[in-house]
Amino acid sequence: MRKAQGSWEKRILKSLNSMCTELSIPLARKRPVGEQKELLNKWNEMGTDEPDLSLFRPVYAPKDFLEVLINLRNPNYENGDSLSFRTHLGLIQVPLKVKDIPELKEFFVELGLTTGQLGIDDSTQVPPELFENEHVRIGQKVLAEQDGAAAQQYIRQGSPTALRADLWALILNISSQPEDILYYEQLKTNVIQHDLLVDSLIYKDVKLTASNDDYYFVFEDYLYQVLLCFSRDTSVLGHFAYNSASPPKSYIRGKLGLEEYAVFYPPNGVIPFHGFSMYVAPLCFLYHEPSKLYQIFREMYVRFFFRLHSISSHPSGIVSLCLLFETLLQTYLPQLFYHLREIGAQPLRISFKWMVRAFSGYLATDQLLLLWDRILGYNSLEILAVLAAAVFAFRAVNLMEVTSLAAAEAVLADLSTLKVMPLLQIFLFATVT
Amino acid sequence: MSRVSVPCHVKGTVALQVGDVRTSQGRPGVLVIDVTFPSVAPFELQEIVFKNYYTAFLSIRVRQHSSTHTPGKWVTCLRDYCLMPDPHSEEGAQEYVSLFKHQMLCDMARVLELRLILRQPSPLWVSFTVEELQIYQQGPKSPSMTFPKWLSHPVPCEQPAPLIEGLPDPSRVSSEVQQMWALTEMIRASHTSTRIGRFDVDGCYDLNLLSYT
Repeated sequence: MRKAQGSWEKRILKSLNSMCTELSIPLARKRPVGEQKELLNKWNEMGTDEPDLSLFRPVYAPKDFLEVLINLRNPNYENGDSLSFRTHLGLIQVPLKVKDIPELKEFFVELGLTTGQLGIDDSTQVPPELFENEHVRIGQKVLAEQDGAAAQQYIRQGSPTALRADLWALILNISSQPEDILYYEQLKTNVIQHDLLVDSLIYKDVKLTASNDDYYFVFEDYLYQVLLCFSRDTSVLGHFAYNSASPPKSYIRGKLGLEEYAVFYPPNGVIPFHGFSMYVAPLCFLYHEPSKLYQIFREMYVRFFFRLHSISSHPSGIVSLCLLFETLLQTYLPQLFYHLREIGAQPLRISFKWMVRAFSGYLATDQLLLLWDRILGYNSLEILAVLAAAVFAFRAVNLMEVTSLAAAEAVLADLSTLKVMPLLQIFLFATVT
Repeated sequence: MSRVSVPCHVKGTVALQVGDVRTSQGRPGVLVIDVTFPSVAPFELQEIVFKNYYTAFLSIRVRQHSSTHTPGKWVTCLRDYCLMPDPHSEEGAQEYVSLFKHQMLCDMARVLELRLILRQPSPLWVSFTVEELQIYQQGPKSPSMTFPKWLSHPVPCEQPAPLIEGLPDPSRVSSEVQQMWALTEMIRASHTSTRIGRFDVDGCYDLNLLSYT
């Protein structure tokens, strides 16, 4: 796994270097004073800037990453040429241990049919006295006590909209101290002083994804403020201690090979890919103060999101999520799986982009936030794979009738009307197996 | 507790298989590794450390030195220890494992030879073994230090020598020095953990290309 991650990283570095040389733009440069002043004035409306980004292209897109994952092979694993019980019918060929539905039922026990959920039991037909009022009351109590463990347990049943921002801050252990605000201001100064090539990649990504989204385009300026500062933040380097990835290195111009002039590029070690800004966009609904929004995003990234784009055997890593999705689909919807495979539409090819983005940009925002509540509550990303399988189960009837990958994609193109919690509940607890 | 590595000679793995190795289709599911200690006298085993490579179950048999002249018998000291909870999947397949004396079924006082029996029932794996095998025996107990006599038998309190004229009172000086030391410790302990987060080198962040190494 480590080898695969290493060679994947090399590919990304090569791509970035070639972009650098083709466009003759330095990786990093110090801004002249005039430009610094201009940027400082425009800080709150960077979205109005229309730099020429036509020559830039994203370093990689999720589908490139999927190709790498499909080609992961264990040299000690006997695959055999003929079809046997040992052949993986899906795309992922690595035999990691994933949970099956009985284990998932136990893990997600609070999502069961007999437990109240926000997302189901707060709909207009259900009188609020049955569940919602009591749940809100408990939430307020948890916040008053500032009990992080209780908050994590509580949020498994969903968080009321009014309490969500505070609950997430409590679970992620974010409190806005003056030193945090100062730290954010320091990052802002770093952005103003140095101009990085990565900035243009971020601009391009925001323009391509969030700005085109009906829900998120209003937050364009916030996204720049958060992401540009994020790439200057050296404290993010700390997460590489438990990430299989390593940050890219570079040397100050003219000092190649001298260790005391070695630096990480970008300073936080994370090269953004196509769709990266969608990790931040939903958070803009909850937090309006830039430094708090920044802290929440940073914490979410170093706890969860980094696993979605690095190769590792962790149960919440993207490889395990892909395998979990494929295994669930094969075991519980074998006819659908077989049909899709026959027409050349491997299900993972469609659901991969959902999981890599944690469904951001595919679901309606209120549904997405309910899903992310559960990610925080269970401290695991496995729910993304379960939801992906549940979506396929929901649209199974239509999918059985398609005859090509494009048609399958069309059936699953629009997820914005889906209600997340009923789907999960039905798939986990109410499907006859 | 300290431990000392015991030099061991690990003989090559021997596959146990029914029938002829060349003609039969399947791969052996049982391997035996013999570990001898040619240069060391019978010792007390403390710990066994190794890196697993796709072995599912491990049994260990030990031959101990017996006081009588008959050669020691082989005794099983670890039976079917599970290294991989699911032999068909990757969990536990490449982990580092430590086995201690207290996990063994029998006393490990005078070990002559060890035999590791590896089992991997799943046909999915091409090969399996354990790597980086190391055996440890009990290290020497921390040497009992002989305390200097004046620590264990404190001299009864003497009258302080008469003060020399002009010098400050030593007890007052020592208490002031102690207070200063306490202050410096406080300052050292209370510095903020927030880092400054410099990513440039002396204000310069002029980069050319990314490095591949």
